[in-house]
Amino acid sequence: MNVRLLGWCSVLWLGFTLAIPLVSQAADDKAPPAATDKKDAPAAAPASDTKLPGYFSGTSDDPKKPTWPDPTGGAAGIWATPSGALDKDGKPAGDVPSDLKTGDLYDRITHNLFSINMVWCLIAGFLVMFMQAGFAMVETGLCRAKNAAHTMSMNFLVYPLGCIAFWAYGFALGWGNWNNGPVAPGWYSALGPGTAVLSSGVGLDPAYEKDAKSNDDLSKPTGAYKYGLMGTKGFFLNGIDDVSVMALFFFMMVFMDTTATIPTGAMAERWATKNFIIYGLWVALPYCIYANWVWGGGWLAQAGVNWKLGHGAVDFAGSGVVHAMGGIIGLVGACVLGARIGKYRDGKTIPIPAHHIPMVIAGTFILAFGWFGFNPGSTLAGTDLRISVVVVNTMLAGTAGALAALVTLYAKGLKPDPSMLCNGMLAGLVAITAPCAFVDSWAAVVIGGVAGLLVVFSVFFWDKLKIDDPVGAISVHGVNGLWGVLSVGIFANGKYGAGWNGVVRDDWVKASGSDGVRGILFGDASQLYAQALDCFVVIVFGVAMAYVWFKISNLITPIRVPKEVEIEGLDLPEMGAMGYPEFIVTSRN
Amino acid sequence: MKKIEAIIRHFKLDDVKKALNETGIKGMTVTEVRGFGRQKGHAEMYRGAEYVVDFIPKIKIEVVVSSDQLKEVLATICTTAKTGQVGDGKIFVTDLSDVIRIRTGESGEPAI
Repeated sequence: MNVRLLGWCSVLWLGFTLAIPLVSQAADDKAPPAATDKKDAPAAAPASDTKLPGYFSGTSDDPKKPTWPDPTGGAAGIWATPSGALDKDGKPAGDVPSDLKTGDLYDRITHNLFSINMVWCLIAGFLVMFMQAGFAMVETGLCRAKNAAHTMSMNFLVYPLGCIAFWAYGFALGWGNWNNGPVAPGWYSALGPGTAVLSSGVGLDPAYEKDAKSNDDLSKPTGAYKYGLMGTKGFFLNGIDDVSVMALFFFMMVFMDTTATIPTGAMAERWATKNFIIYGLWVALPYCIYANWVWGGGWLAQAGVNWKLGHGAVDFAGSGVVHAMGGIIGLVGACVLGARIGKYRDGKTIPIPAHHIPMVIAGTFILAFGWFGFNPGSTLAGTDLRISVVVVNTMLAGTAGALAALVTLYAKGLKPDPSMLCNGMLAGLVAITAPCAFVDSWAAVVIGGVAGLLVVFSVFFWDKLKIDDPVGAISVHGVNGLWGVLSVGIFANGKYGAGWNGVVRDDWVKASGSDGVRGILFGDASQLYAQALDCFVVIVFGVAMAYVWFKISNLITPIRVPKEVEIEGLDLPEMGAMGYPEFIVTSRN
Repeated sequence: MKKIEAIIRHFKLDDVKKALNETGIKGMTVTEVRGFGRQKGHAEMYRGAEYVVDFIPKIKIEVVVSSDQLKEVLATICTTAKTGQVGDGKIFVTDLSDVIRIRTGESGEPAI
C-alpha cells in the first residue's frame, strides 16, 4: 500500500471539510451576500397563502384536505372525474362541469401537468435503467470469453447493490435537502409539490427564519444553508412516502447506477467479486455527496449566488455528476488493481482483443437509445418542451462522436476499429450530457466531434502510462465527462435556464430579456470558471474518495484475483459458471 | 494401412470431401486448426497496440486408407485442394499399426 498517497488523500479529504469554513469566512469578508442570496430570495416553497391552493407549496391548513407527503397522488391538483355515477345520497359522484369554478378548473389542469411530468420522468427513467444492459454488453464484448460470465455478472449485480444502497442512504445524502436549494423565481417542483418534504440537511452557515418586523434572525433554522453539504432526510425512504418523491427517487437512482457500472469496465478481468460487492454498496457515497453539491442544492450549485460564478456549477444531465465521477473512480480502481497479466511486456502494449464485437455494437445502440431517456428526462418535465432540443443535441453529439472517431482513425493511417467507433459515439453522448439543454445544434456537433477525437487519443494515452482500461471507460466517461462539464461554460447560448440555481443578474436580463445559462462564446466568462471549479472538485473529491476506499476495501477482502484465477479466467473460480461452457475457450494471454 | 493428415483451406473442405467420396473413401475426421507455414501473418492495430495475426485458421482432414489406395487418394486431395497460392496446405502420411471398429470389434483392413 502506498502509504504516502493514502496520507495525501486523507489530508485532502480533511482539508476539504476544514477549508470550506475558511473560504466562506474570506468570501464574507470580501463581498456582502449577493442580492439573490438564498436567505433573502424567495424560498422554493412560499408560505401558505389562503388565495393559493395547497399544492402550490405542498402545505395545507385544513386537516380534512389532502396533505403532503401524499402517497396516492390525490393531493397534486385534483384529477378530473368524468364519472356519471351517483353516490348514496343520489348526488353526482363525479364532476358536474357546469358547476365548476375557475379554481376547480385550474386544479384539474395542474393535476394533468404533474401527471405528464411524472409519466415522462418515469418512462425516461425506464430507458436509463435499460442502459444497464447496454453497459453489460459493451463491457463483456470488449473482454475475453473466459471472463464473460464474470463481467456480465458484475454489471448485473451493480444494479441491485446500487439500488439498495441508494434506498438505504444515497438518496437521503444527495436529495434530502433538495427543496432548500437555490432556484429560479417562479420555480415549482415539476413532479408535484410533495418534494417539499426533502428539507433537511447539513451545511455551513445555516439560514434562520426572520422576525417579520425587525428582520432579525430568529432561533429557528429554515433548513437551508449558504453552503449545502449533504441531505439528511429520507434514509430508507423513511417518512417521505409521497408520489412525487418516489418519481424523483427512481429517476435519480437509475442515474446513480450508471455511475456505479462505469468502473466495472475499467477494472474488468481481474477484479475479485467479493471486493466488487462491497464497492457496489459503497459507490452511492461519493456519488450522492457530489450529486448533492451539484444537483441537490449544495455548494457547487450555490457558487452562483455565493461567489458570482455564472449560474453556479451547471450540469444538466450529469457529464460531471455521473460520467466524470464514474470514470475517475474507474481510473483510480484500475491504478490500484494494476494491469491485466500480459498486457504490458518489455515496454510494449500487447493487445487483448474483444471477444464479441457484435455484442459491443448492439450494447452501444442500447446505450444510445437509453440516452434518449438520460438527457431529455433530466428536465423532470414532459411539459418542458425544451426536451425536443435536448433530444436533437443528444443525437447529433453521439453521431458526431462516432464519425469523429472514424475520421481520426483514418487520419492516423489506421483501420476503423469497431470498438473505437463505439467509444467515439459514447464519448459524444457523455460530452453532450451536461450542455444538452443549453447549446445550439452546431455546438452539439462540435462538442460531440471533439469528444470523438479526444477519446481516440485518450485511449492511446492511458496505455502509454501503463494504466490498463479494457473497455476505454476512463476515456469515454472520465475524460469526456470533464469535457462535457467545461463545454457548458463555452457553448451555452443563454436561451434556456433563466434563473438556474437562483441566479438572476439584472445586466443580463436587460441585455437579453432573461438570464439563461450562458458560456464564454456568448459573453459570460464566469460560467466557465464555475465549470472549471466543478471539474476540479470532481477530480479531487473522486480521486480521494476512490483511493481511500479501494485501499481500505483491499484490507477487508483482496481487490485482485490470484494469478492462476486470472490466467484461467474468472468465470468458473469466481462465479461457478462459465459464460460459454460448450466452447473450448482459450486465450493467448 | 496409412493415415493421411491433410491441412487445407477452409473453403476447400466441401470440394475435397466430395472428391474423396467419389474415390470410394467413406469416412473422415475433420478438425478446425490454426497454424502457419510460409504463409506468414500480418500486423494489425487494436486500440493503439500492434497485433500480429500469425496463426491462420485451416481445416485438418484425417483419413485412413489401405496402402494400395494411398497414391490415388493423395492425388485427389492435391488436385482439389490446390489454388496455386501460398497457403494451400500440406499432407502428412504416417504408417498405421491398427484400426478397430468399436461396434463390431473388427480390426485391420476390414475395419477401415
